[in-house]
Amino acid sequence: MTTAAQNASSARPPFIGTNVPRTDGASKVTGRAAYVDDLPREPGELFGATVRSPVPRARLRGITLDPAFDWSDVTVVRASDLAVNEVQCITAEQPILAADQIRHAYEPVVLLACADKRKLAQAVRAVKLDLEPLTPILDPEQSLAKVDVIWGEDNVHKRFSITKGRADLPDPAASAAAIEAAIASSEVVVRGRYTTHHQEQLYIEPQGVIARWDEKGVHVTGSLQCPYYVHKALVHGFDLAADRVHVTQAVTGGGFGGKEEYPSVIALHAALLAQKSGKPVRMIYDRKEDIEATTKRHPAICEIVSGCDRDGTLRALSIRILMDGGAYMTLTPVVLSRGALHAAGVYRWDDVRIDAVAVATNTPPNGAFRGFGAPQTIWAIERHLDRVAQELGRDPMDLKAQNMLREGDTTATGQTLRGSVGVAECLEKALTASGYHDKRKAPPAVRGRVARGIGASVFMHGAGFTGSGEKHLKGRVAVDLLPGGRLRIRTASTDIGQGTETVFRQIAADATGLHLADIDFAVPSTSYVPDSGPTVASRTVMVVGGIVERAAREVAARVRAEQETSGGDFAAAADRLLTKEREVTALVQYEHPGWVTWDDSTYKGDAYPVYGYACDVAEVEVDLDTLEVTVTGFWSATDVGKAIHPVMCKGQIEGGSLQAIGWALWEDVVWKNGLIQNPRMTNYIIPTALDAPPMHVDLVEAPYAYGPGGGAKGVGELPMDGGAPAIAAAVEHATGLFARDLPLLPERLLELQTNRKG
Amino acid sequence: MKITLTLNGLSREVDLPPLVRLLDALRGPLGLPGTKEGCGEGECGSCTVLLDGEPVNACLVSIGQCEGRAVTTVEGLSAPHLGPLARCFVDHGGAQCGICTPGMLISAEALLARRPDPSDEEIREAIAGNLCRCTGYQRIVDSIREAARERREAGGAA
Ligand code: FES
Ligand code: FES
Repeated sequence: MTTAAQNASSARPPFIGTNVPRTDGASKVTGRAAYVDDLPREPGELFGATVRSPVPRARLRGITLDPAFDWSDVTVVRASDLAVNEVQCITAEQPILAADQIRHAYEPVVLLACADKRKLAQAVRAVKLDLEPLTPILDPEQSLAKVDVIWGEDNVHKRFSITKGRADLPDPAASAAAIEAAIASSEVVVRGRYTTHHQEQLYIEPQGVIARWDEKGVHVTGSLQCPYYVHKALVHGFDLAADRVHVTQAVTGGGFGGKEEYPSVIALHAALLAQKSGKPVRMIYDRKEDIEATTKRHPAICEIVSGCDRDGTLRALSIRILMDGGAYMTLTPVVLSRGALHAAGVYRWDDVRIDAVAVATNTPPNGAFRGFGAPQTIWAIERHLDRVAQELGRDPMDLKAQNMLREGDTTATGQTLRGSVGVAECLEKALTASGYHDKRKAPPAVRGRVARGIGASVFMHGAGFTGSGEKHLKGRVAVDLLPGGRLRIRTASTDIGQGTETVFRQIAADATGLHLADIDFAVPSTSYVPDSGPTVASRTVMVVGGIVERAAREVAARVRAEQETSGGDFAAAADRLLTKEREVTALVQYEHPGWVTWDDSTYKGDAYPVYGYACDVAEVEVDLDTLEVTVTGFWSATDVGKAIHPVMCKGQIEGGSLQAIGWALWEDVVWKNGLIQNPRMTNYIIPTALDAPPMHVDLVEAPYAYGPGGGAKGVGELPMDGGAPAIAAAVEHATGLFARDLPLLPERLLELQTNRKG
Repeated sequence: MKITLTLNGLSREVDLPPLVRLLDALRGPLGLPGTKEGCGEGECGSCTVLLDGEPVNACLVSIGQCEGRAVTTVEGLSAPHLGPLARCFVDHGGAQCGICTPGMLISAEALLARRPDPSDEEIREAIAGNLCRCTGYQRIVDSIREAARERREAGGAA
């Protein structure tokens, strides 16, 4: 074993702000990293499969197992076998298996397991579902209009309202009238309707878990972001004591939100098969099943009416947001909330009313996806301000710069920004680096059949859980002292590619003065890591990283105290302390900054302790014959507070930006009668290296006083927010076509062109 | 059917139905799970391996087609030490979640074997069949460019 003393010869702290090699790098480039399907087969292991509904809505009258088929070595689980048929998420309204109602296509109905994969595939076909199809509700506007009731009493998953200024009246009707009056009295009124579509996370590693039971209870290992979400679902689904459920994260091949809540479903399924068969069960989705059955980004419709002065000062804002939650509520209320809280953009408004509602449709439940509702509403507000700029004859970025939030300004929820507002610097840097102003001023560049254009967006994204979320969550981290003066971090925050385990080591090393190699990172398993809260919401570095910093400091302080009383080096003092106390561990809980106040009933106060800011610029070429759009350059300046690891931080921004570019231009889930027409990588198109533009990322550091490592803020989701509106603005600059709806497919642009001519 | 192939420089024999996918043969009986499956239909490139030096999708090649031929997987690239290519992916942010990385490294290796000094555009073309959802590709391009430089400086040896 190496000791702290032995490591002392290599690089020394500070590690924060440097690009240390990522600690899981070597295993990933040699093929040694074990993702769930790489784990060795266990003795007697079975494969699991799911029989799903082929229709979006039906009464399930019965299930028949083909009597001609040999079922002797096939394990079968249906709803009638289940003691508890609920997936515990925010509530428990989603069944583990459909019992008598089918509420969306691909809804799971029967689970099968068999040692022989080929036979298993045949068994899936030998199950006959007796279905009485019903007319599905597939359109959220029809659902809101209650054409039929498919969920709860009125199809509504959740509603929120945010009010400010003259619209801040307790009576909704009076508030609505007040905002209307405020807008009507403005000098310039602009209206618009902006829509966004589904997006598939398309992590390259499909969902998968392995489940087994033994005398200690149930063990699930899988590709997942949030071990404690799965833990909670298994405790509920099997009615077990918490210590009889063991959830471990395997190396995870991307998540982007797609492995936030969905793994609970596949874990329950595999665990049910494992329980009934008495054997370990491996359940790995193939790509088609993964695209069809798992969650996607919520489609949204935003209607905006705004009022401003002729000089461009923004005054009053009214927004109605409608999101499609899919067949079950799952995480929709939280997505809707984040969408609503970002809907006013990065701007000052005197008077605001935002009404947000999410409804059920007979489509697979929509769920977490990087940005979590914000990219949808930021698309709308950014496009809307581009419209306002058109109306005023201004450059959109000048208009935006004039109205951007500054320190001391208040947001739509009445939050006063207390610093770490780096947005002006982001705007300045991105526009300068890209040559935005010069390119914008030049007349539209058309060469042959290609038109060039440039466009930009500016935006912010709240870091951490909304409002009092972190206060309730009380995320915890443990840091243990190990022999030789080494430390081990135990946390449920997972590394899904973003670099958590490297960054946490950097934070712990600098907090203690130890070397990076002296810090271990425990595999996230609920059996031995405390609940740090989920790996979501741009909270990992900022919130959990802060707890790691405090816990590491606490352990190091105890060793140093021992050093002071009895001498010796750090490693020797650590060993003495361990001999004396056997266990030296700091278990530290998150403390929200005392000044954060939030009222859940009125949706007022500090929605997030701090925000990340960014300005994105896209340069495009539009083929005037085919109307195909190519992004030829992409710039982003992003305020991250403090970059703990600049290369990985830029990697987050570049990767998120490309997902935004994909969403804007190509990624489109094609539906027909509630079924997905393109559930494959051949026809659900994500960008390749040739589609992706060169990316130029500038990091801006406006430190957050409560962030770890000298002021880090969350960065995970922010880069998903601005790409689409920047591209649309660039397309507008190139062609004059003003898009309100995503994606910007050639046929959509053709429609705009035809309408303009007509 | 008995099939003999050279796998990562060593002669190996497997007894499998000839239509078994090379991908399954590698991940199963041949014990090399470094090659990944992302789609099973030739789209994602996570299963890319070298067959007689040419990158192919192991999900589209049958083990029968490999009789007497040489197959290189990610496990064969870095044995016994990390080469400049693999190291550059670690140092320059070319790998995030890592699931696309084995295939990326194989495609990059095939490129550098024929073009020691590729342009960014050539790098992008060489990895166009390898999808990555994490990185935005910029740092993968940077990693490969940097590895090419290091290999040239080391006199062309990997
Ligand atoms: S698994 Fe072979 S190309 Fe995707
Ligand atoms: S690093 Fe995750 S897919 Fe490429």
